[in-house]
Amino acid sequence: MEDGVSGYTMMAYDLIENTAAGEVVLISFDYDPSTMTEIQPMAEAQIEHAFKLNQKIVATALWPMGVQMAEQAFNKVLLDYPDKVDGTDYVNLGYKVGGMVTIQAMGRSLPDVYPTDQGGTPYAEIPMLQGIRRLKDLAWISSLSSGTPGLKEWVMVARDSYGVPVTGGCTAISAPGFFPYVNEQRQLHGLLGGLKAASEYESLIGRIGPATIKMDAQSVAHMLILLFIAIGNIKAHLIRRRKAQ
Amino acid sequence: MKRSFPLVFAFVVGFLVLLAEFIPHRPFNQLTSTLENWFMIISGFAILLGQISLIRVNSKIIAHKEENWQYHLAGMISFALMLLFGILWGMREASGVLGNGEDLARWIGLKPFDYLFTYAYMPLSATVFALLAFFIASAAYRAFIIRGFESNLLMITAVIVIIGRTSIGSMLTGWLPESLSFWHIPNLLILSWNTPILQRNVPF
Repeated sequence: MEDGVSGYTMMAYDLIENTAAGEVVLISFDYDPSTMTEIQPMAEAQIEHAFKLNQKIVATALWPMGVQMAEQAFNKVLLDYPDKVDGTDYVNLGYKVGGMVTIQAMGRSLPDVYPTDQGGTPYAEIPMLQGIRRLKDLAWISSLSSGTPGLKEWVMVARDSYGVPVTGGCTAISAPGFFPYVNEQRQLHGLLGGLKAASEYESLIGRIGPATIKMDAQSVAHMLILLFIAIGNIKAHLIRRRKAQ
Repeated sequence: MKRSFPLVFAFVVGFLVLLAEFIPHRPFNQLTSTLENWFMIISGFAILLGQISLIRVNSKIIAHKEENWQYHLAGMISFALMLLFGILWGMREASGVLGNGEDLARWIGLKPFDYLFTYAYMPLSATVFALLAFFIASAAYRAFIIRGFESNLLMITAVIVIIGRTSIGSMLTGWLPESLSFWHIPNLLILSWNTPILQRNVPF
């Protein structure tokens, strides 16, 4: 294992790393701008990793603003990969309402749920989606999630019902709730929990990205909180001693 | 009847979906597919219903000048602007009733809707979420005080989790060999105690 990289991050990395070139994968943008500080770096890193390995990416969103998040993440990564073509190497299918039921419907038929992509191109005319009819045809799914619907729904339906490997990312505060899914049954293939995991992922793909840069600020903020805890305890101890006297 | 009919309907539909999981043959599989489509259509209408409710609730507050009505007015103006710009010039690839707004896009760099989303909504939304850090810092100062055995455990747990989420946490115990990785601070609580504790909501 790489120095300083957690097992959960490594597992998520390995899933993508061990997928063959040309495979079609899905990244679901299930978050909005409020949590983009933590989650957007994960999206960029996973897109870059998949592009590096010549995997084809389908972007979807269970949150209305996930569409814009996807667009921004792709636009940023595409600066380094100008040869990637919309419809051939990646496609943004957009937002679909319905949460878990939508995922269930995607498991039966992707073109029924997404008759066109974001730009209005019919599903049947998107080159990279030829032969991709349902979730089972995808190599892996990653849900970048900051609530419901999100990662949990993808695990329940895509992994548990259809057997597609699922990985994902979430905010640090919600990560402990997902750790039980990273188990022997591999309900979840690793997890990127918060900015630290995003920075670990960036280091694995050799990228100094936004997460690595923001880690300094986060570390300082956490140390400040520790300082507050120490001050609070010293103050409480002094009050207790004064009362005892 | 007004209350019981939707409940009975929801129960019957839920039961049918459940049944279809065990009998994946006709007519149950077709029925599930139809119900899924219904659900997505109804969810779409729910968004519209939410917008109507938003307008109704806020209009009432503004009309009666209830407490903090100015904020509600600001919210309604923002909502109206985004809606108007979206309808007039569209967003991203989609065009609006006045076309694509190329002149405006040339002037401000993006379509008006996308401009507001990128330069107003996104930073505001991220800022509000970031304010949580101040609440957490303030709460940490007051909550993690050693008052007894349980609160001591809570504080130690919090300190380890906080350090574990920083680069310093990795540095402190990063030198440990693989066989002792259990004691590596970032892995320590997350792998063993923290998850079951949080999952079971044990109150301290």
